[in-house]
Amino acid sequence: MRQLFRVLAAVVLLFFILAAIAPNLLAPFDPLAIDPAAAFSSPSAGHVLGTDESGRDIYSRIIHGARPSLLIGAMATAIGLGIALVLGTIAGFGGRWLDFGIGRILEVLFALPGLLLALVFIALAGPGVTTTVIAVGITAAPGYARIIRGQILTLRSSPMVEAATVLGRSRFHVLRVHILPNALAPIGVLATLGLGQAILWAASLSFLGLGSPPPTPEWGAMLSAGRTYLSLAWWMTFFPGMAIVLVAAAATVLGRSTKFGGVR
Amino acid sequence: MNEQQAIVEVKNLSVSFGGSKVVKDVSFTVRAGECLALVGESGSGKSVTARSLLGLAGPGSTVTAETLTVAGQDGRSLSQRSWRTLRGKEVGFILQDALTSLDPLRTVGKEIDDSLRLHTRASGATRATRVMELLEAVGLDDPERRAGQRSGELSGGMRQRALIAAAIALDPQLIIADEPTTALDATIAASIMDLLGTLRQAGSGVLLISHDLAAVAKVADTIAVMQAGHIVERGTRDQIFHDPQHPYTRALLAAVPAGKPRFVKLSPTEEASSQVHTRDSEQKVTAAEDAGGEAGAVVRPVLSARKLSKSFAKGKHATFMAIKDVSFELLPGRTLGVVGESGSGKTTTARIVLGLLAPDAGAVELFDEPWSSAREVDRRSRRSQLGAIYQDPLSSFDPRLSVGSLLADAVSFGATRNPRSHAARITELLQMVGLDAEMSGRNPATLSGGQRQRLAIARALAPQPRVLICDEPVSALDVSVQAQVLDLLDELQQRLGLSYVFISHDLSVVRHMSDDVLVMRAGQVVESGATERIFTSPRHDYTRALLAASPLVGTQESGGGL
Amino acid sequence: MSTSTALTPRAPSLLGASVRWLLGKLMGGIFVLWAVATAIFFGIRMIPGDPAEAIMGGPGSQASAEALAAARAHYGLDQPLIVQYGRQLKQLALGDLGTSYSLKSPVVEVLGELVPPTLILASLALLVAWMMALALAVFSTRSGVLASAVASGLEIVSAAVPHFWLASVLIMVFSSMLGWLPPVSTNTAAGLVLPVFTLALPLAGFLGQVMRDTMMEAQRSAFALSARARGESETGILLRHSLRHAALPGISLSGWALGSLLSGAVVVESIFARPGLGRSLLSAVTARDIPLVTGVALLSAAAYVVIMTVSDIVERLADPRIKQS
Repeated sequence: MRQLFRVLAAVVLLFFILAAIAPNLLAPFDPLAIDPAAAFSSPSAGHVLGTDESGRDIYSRIIHGARPSLLIGAMATAIGLGIALVLGTIAGFGGRWLDFGIGRILEVLFALPGLLLALVFIALAGPGVTTTVIAVGITAAPGYARIIRGQILTLRSSPMVEAATVLGRSRFHVLRVHILPNALAPIGVLATLGLGQAILWAASLSFLGLGSPPPTPEWGAMLSAGRTYLSLAWWMTFFPGMAIVLVAAAATVLGRSTKFGGVR
Repeated sequence: MNEQQAIVEVKNLSVSFGGSKVVKDVSFTVRAGECLALVGESGSGKSVTARSLLGLAGPGSTVTAETLTVAGQDGRSLSQRSWRTLRGKEVGFILQDALTSLDPLRTVGKEIDDSLRLHTRASGATRATRVMELLEAVGLDDPERRAGQRSGELSGGMRQRALIAAAIALDPQLIIADEPTTALDATIAASIMDLLGTLRQAGSGVLLISHDLAAVAKVADTIAVMQAGHIVERGTRDQIFHDPQHPYTRALLAAVPAGKPRFVKLSPTEEASSQVHTRDSEQKVTAAEDAGGEAGAVVRPVLSARKLSKSFAKGKHATFMAIKDVSFELLPGRTLGVVGESGSGKTTTARIVLGLLAPDAGAVELFDEPWSSAREVDRRSRRSQLGAIYQDPLSSFDPRLSVGSLLADAVSFGATRNPRSHAARITELLQMVGLDAEMSGRNPATLSGGQRQRLAIARALAPQPRVLICDEPVSALDVSVQAQVLDLLDELQQRLGLSYVFISHDLSVVRHMSDDVLVMRAGQVVESGATERIFTSPRHDYTRALLAASPLVGTQESGGGL
Repeated sequence: MSTSTALTPRAPSLLGASVRWLLGKLMGGIFVLWAVATAIFFGIRMIPGDPAEAIMGGPGSQASAEALAAARAHYGLDQPLIVQYGRQLKQLALGDLGTSYSLKSPVVEVLGELVPPTLILASLALLVAWMMALALAVFSTRSGVLASAVASGLEIVSAAVPHFWLASVLIMVFSSMLGWLPPVSTNTAAGLVLPVFTLALPLAGFLGQVMRDTMMEAQRSAFALSARARGESETGILLRHSLRHAALPGISLSGWALGSLLSGAVVVESIFARPGLGRSLLSAVTARDIPLVTGVALLSAAAYVVIMTVSDIVERLADPRIKQS
């Protein structure tokens, strides 16, 4: 059962990664080509997932939307992990006062949970794709930072470090050879899990009209556009949303299937 | 005894999980007022056997038996409902590890009350009175207060007593106790065993499960030895201890270090006589003097501790004195045993000696040079003189490293973790501790407990230390594996002229391993001296109490055969 | 024989310790509010762009130089930075959150109107989520293919279904296709159903999954085995043991739940055209109405601090393993 889930998740992710790299291989239509005659076609043999208000092919738009959507998610995750790495390692190694200071910073960030931090950031910096990416990264950072810090602190007081000290290793050696590599081992898992979450958040912001501007075939923006025609053309909302759910679910399943699963 | 009615009758009981049979054709009887002990090492199927008597062998288990009669009921055809009326009422069950066997979120009183609530129609007030009686009966002070506490607020011994109270609430005909003393200190374990003995005297049948032959010697009337799902030998206590028939029983008895002089092999060897390896203490002293140089010269200690004290902050205002005025000397080629119960300061002492913790007062000298007062930078180059092994070796290994990489790291003083660069030395180390050279590529997590400890020893020996600090190195191991590891330590000491500080809560192990002994209690040394003197004529009351609490360690005649 | 263990007397200092603990939490909360206010204050001034322009309706408004200058003077933006900062802190300390740029009315009043509808929505969603989570957790602890499918489903729903899509799907099914419920949240009970479930479902998935894990652990624990050996039935074990254990992580995750509910409220209130904090926050963000954004941020930070403190207290009461330290 679990094995099947994992294989399915890998297939889904690979499909969308392929779509991001070479959308023209998979998409039969130009994502921006307008065909007013075919506007609001329901899913059919010609347009498997239907068309939107300008007659653009939804399936092709989803395929072409993979690149911006995945890229935004990946960059946001990278930013989040980057900030978290810096904060987490400084807190973990820097001694009591630095740890205390960073602890307070994290507490403040945690006090604006979820999208709130991102929204405040966008209010300050103005909407747009770049802001969205940074905003989502900042939102994700405190959670990662806490995990990395905890990991380092646990390792620092572990019997493994004591044993290395007894063998005569210097503090720097222990840090470099034993603590850091072990503390960073779960980063890959964190990144996989975070990618799903970041794509969700970025799409939420696009959906709210704060991310990619309308003609871009980005999934959140497509959903946002489809919202107006919800009762008329459900496929305009349903399928781009399905793409987001599939990618986020696949990333989550893959991330959780490894041993390190205690991330929230 | 035999005219007593049988409470449990089991004939050819087999239990399997999926395809694998873990209990195979086991038969035994427990009569009222009788104590049967099922003894075996981990994986022998003893716990599963006990649980099948309650219909709790576990999910996915298949239980078959020719006869499985428990308190007059046929356990082969009992409905879940009938099982439930049997459990708690006719059979009381005491699990090992009372910390997890009591719900941490509920009060002890509630847990005990459950048995009464489930099986009687008594009113709340009546039950509350009974709970008080029970708490008092199992020897808990201040029952009113204890009933309102949760397991986290009680000590290990109190928890075990509370658990017994819950099990005997309805005067069951049979009490099953699965490793009831395993996690407890010797003196507390002894009192729990006494309590079980009292219950047996009162007419209950007792089925005692243990991995430790010595632990059951005091209360068991009959002992059944289990190995790999079979009962390999069964007999009265005296038969088992004095005239064991099955080789496995003999091996188990031989593995018990109690009463075995220094350097007697505990594990079976190819040699006909275990005496081959014996070296009497006179020779030993000579060896030590040799190490000191010319005859007549004063032997300098390799390690000495003078009036070590250490306290820790406990909360904002209170401090906790972990050790106070601890002094000792370790002579070359000798073993200093440090014995004491939990909280006695053994491990704090070890950590100070290892230079992981700075003492508040006092000093440690290593080879006549300041050690605890030296700076870590200066200490680092001398660290190769001092090695350490721990109770849980796996947690002391970097989880990313294979066996070979771990040793390469140790051999190269941290310069490389590539096993190929020091292949010959790694193979030599592995062979030295009795591990296969092919294990080099394995992950330590896939090794057995004994193999892991051997690997830990190999790693500790890699920098060619002269002194080894062993902190409870065999406490987590089965008796037979413990015997092998102890033998290995003995052998290495003789071969390499090592000096050991050997820390353990187990008196019999310490007695077997040590030349000198330090008895610690609540952070202080209460008695020290030559091992035989301490064990034969203890001067301090606490030492005497410890000895009395440890079966087969003292000089009493009952265990003379050992 | 003297043991060297020094123990502090517990009982008399317990009350004092609780008061100290609460004081500490209060100070921490004030610090968090100060930090949020300060970060926003300096954040807006580090970003290129003129706050006065935002007041006049953004760069697109093409306000005249005089109008901008007037706005600057009115909002004190012509003063030195440190003076502005000091005045803002003083105002905040007095409970004055300033005047909304876009609504031109005091932020405190605006918030007063916005909090009740959002609070109703969020509390109902939390309630529904808890009930669903408990039901799901109890159900999925059973063995069997269906139960394990439910468990896997929980994982995916909680982690991968965004509010905006869920809301759209619910509207499609229950409004457009079935016509059972209104697609716009009116102030009737029927109008609340879809928004509440949109918020509750992912939260229930998450809570249910965590509760399930804890419950499974409790069912397999030694104390459950001991209870069984005492004659306790499986139902009894569930009621008297596992459920209490399962509730604990649910309580400690309430801070996370708040985040999920507030983020969700932004989306859900927008989709269902329901008045409330979330929708107003979105319009404030779009209009770059900094005082209102600051107000909402401070309010939710305060809510976060309060909720974390309350959940800490509840957790301490429910779980004796957490000692006051």
